[in-house]
Amino acid sequence: MFETLTEKFQRAFKNLRGQGKLTEEHLDVALGEIRDALLEGDVNLKVADELLASIRAKALGSEVMLQLSPDQQVVKIVRDELGSLLGDQSKPRYAAKPPSVWLIVGLQGSGKTTTTGKIGRWLQHNGHRPLVVSTDVYRPAAREQLAQVARGAGVACFPAANLSQPLDIARAALREAKLSASDVVLVDTAGRLHIDDELMAELAELKKELQPAEILFIADAMIGQDAVRSAGEFHRRLGLTGIALTKLDGDARGGAALSIRKVTGAPVKFVGLGEKYDALEPFYPDRIVSRILGMGDMLSLIERAEQTLDRRKAEDLAKKLRREEFSLEDFRDQLQQVKKMGSLEQLVGMLPKIGPLQNLPKDLDVDERRLKRVEAIINSMTAAERADHHLIDGKRRKRIARGSGTTVQDVNDVLKQYMEMRRMIKQYGALGRMKGRGLGKLGSPS
Amino acid sequence: MITLFGPPEPTLAERLKKSVSRTREVLTMPLGELLAGGQKIDEALLKKLETALLSADLGVRTTREVLAALREEAEQQKITDSGQVRAELKKKLSGILCAPAARNGTVESAPMVIFVVGVNGTGKTTTIGKLANRLRKDNRSVLLCAADTFRAAAVEQLEIWARRNGIEMVRQKTGADPAAVVFDGLAAARARGVDVVIVDTAGRLHTKSNLMAELEKMKRTAAKQVAGAPHEVLLVLDATTGQNGLAQAREFTEHAGVTGLVLTKLDGTAKGGIAVAIVRELGLPIRFVGTGEQIDDLLPFDAATFVNSLLD
Repeated sequence: MFETLTEKFQRAFKNLRGQGKLTEEHLDVALGEIRDALLEGDVNLKVADELLASIRAKALGSEVMLQLSPDQQVVKIVRDELGSLLGDQSKPRYAAKPPSVWLIVGLQGSGKTTTTGKIGRWLQHNGHRPLVVSTDVYRPAAREQLAQVARGAGVACFPAANLSQPLDIARAALREAKLSASDVVLVDTAGRLHIDDELMAELAELKKELQPAEILFIADAMIGQDAVRSAGEFHRRLGLTGIALTKLDGDARGGAALSIRKVTGAPVKFVGLGEKYDALEPFYPDRIVSRILGMGDMLSLIERAEQTLDRRKAEDLAKKLRREEFSLEDFRDQLQQVKKMGSLEQLVGMLPKIGPLQNLPKDLDVDERRLKRVEAIINSMTAAERADHHLIDGKRRKRIARGSGTTVQDVNDVLKQYMEMRRMIKQYGALGRMKGRGLGKLGSPS
Repeated sequence: MITLFGPPEPTLAERLKKSVSRTREVLTMPLGELLAGGQKIDEALLKKLETALLSADLGVRTTREVLAALREEAEQQKITDSGQVRAELKKKLSGILCAPAARNGTVESAPMVIFVVGVNGTGKTTTIGKLANRLRKDNRSVLLCAADTFRAAAVEQLEIWARRNGIEMVRQKTGADPAAVVFDGLAAARARGVDVVIVDTAGRLHTKSNLMAELEKMKRTAAKQVAGAPHEVLLVLDATTGQNGLAQAREFTEHAGVTGLVLTKLDGTAKGGIAVAIVRELGLPIRFVGTGEQIDDLLPFDAATFVNSLLD
């Protein structure tokens, strides 16, 4: 199978592990692995070689740190180098006097229109009044697409139905923004090749006229070696101010981020993580480095958990766990809380691929429909059954299966899972009492 | 007999050359001079070859294997001059690309059913518009089936291509079950005695197991309506795609039974080298290449031209 950058790094570092001293020879073996990994992760060849040279120089020149083993030391240097290449997190820019114009540019099929909708929604959730407009007068149904995307994302869209010139459309949208007190105008543009002189000139003209606060280059995370050429050319002609990396919910490692950043100097400001309109996140360079290095994106996971989990319910549950009163109802609540955090696939992708988790299958079969089925089964129980699962006999199981459109076998499976979870909680509780610490920070045992 | 290919295209080399010459303006690849001949084959030369192949997205493994074979031949004195390296390299790459025994793309009785699949944004819908045009030129009756019921305005986009081609399209509401649209489309094709049905599918990342399962369901539905359908499953691959292309091809082949590739956006500066790795590993033939946004910018794949553009 395609070895991910993460796995490669791990293998490279495993060879370094256990070495008392870092020899040049060992280092070169590891660097060779890292080079392969970077190339397979679509980091541009030149960029990769430059990175390696500077990693090598630092690794050899660095003083031996007593607290770090040689492999840890190399990990740290690689981490620092990738991190410093990606730069610090960078905030979006707004014009001193609204409305700010953000120009959305990129190659065909990179995800400009979807991203425009997502950014619009993101702006709206951050207290702005965005207006989106499509200047793509070339691709069939492109403007209709943005109109539908905007409707889905709940963002205002300027129709400009009777105009046919990109510049006229943008101007009209700007006028409309002033009238409707919109403070950010997102101008979606037609996808184009960086070597298409005529269309690149059109963008330059749009820039000149609109004086955008942001010119965002939308880049497909799956793009290969050519990224430096296309991004470089867009940058040369327009002066990009930021990058949005799309389709990062696949198994692309995001090596393009390094290449594009290197060649344009523009920071990655957003990442797209799915087809839903809220699947957009600000870019956290250290998190992506962590993801590349196999430390997982725990920060994103924790942040999402904090945003969505219901604190009061969590506390209630903690109390119940302490009293070992985990009912089927609580089981269902847990499922719902997890669902609120986003798709399971996204969550699994954020887990670190190290330690016990490193053998997780890559396309872990996180079937959302199965979750739904479990929920349906619990919903088909009576309140009394949910409170005490001992009530659920064969006859009741049949009824629950009918009610939830499943089979008795499915119902049995859910009950088995639930009892397994209960058993684990009991054990955990007993362990907590033994150590006298209760369940971590959740409180002391009663 | 219905065939997927029209008469041979004399303009192929010219047209690719046009896009390649634009390429040359942007980047001057020293490979042409490098392989001009008269030089010794040494490590420095092989290193430069490696750079060229990696830059064309052939990937670490394919590049390494091709170079190892060249090195061996040099050691055995089979090739001694840098000029021969070029010819040898071309032979090797063409060999990989021509290896897959392409099905002849024909069915005995109408309608022939073609599924067009791929990740988001590779150019599926545009390719369908162009493919329909090719078939129309070959005097085939074509019906489009708008089974991308997910993406905003995907149906409208396909409808414009149907209109440009003067052909009919079967559609349902946005959000409808794509398998149901396939069912309708194939039923309509049978009723009207259409030669070819092209089914547009929603772009999906190959890692989404539920969406891949949806493709499988669409295939099953098609097979129930027309025996042996889909006869062709074309995976549309963006030439700018890097190493992830291999994972895409693997997953789509496993779940959707891909029968051939369409390499799009070759009019840019990307070489599409990942296609070599895909053909090599999965034995899939490249059927067509896309070289622009116009209706006739779709050409049958030609290995020699493609390899030349890789090495030029």
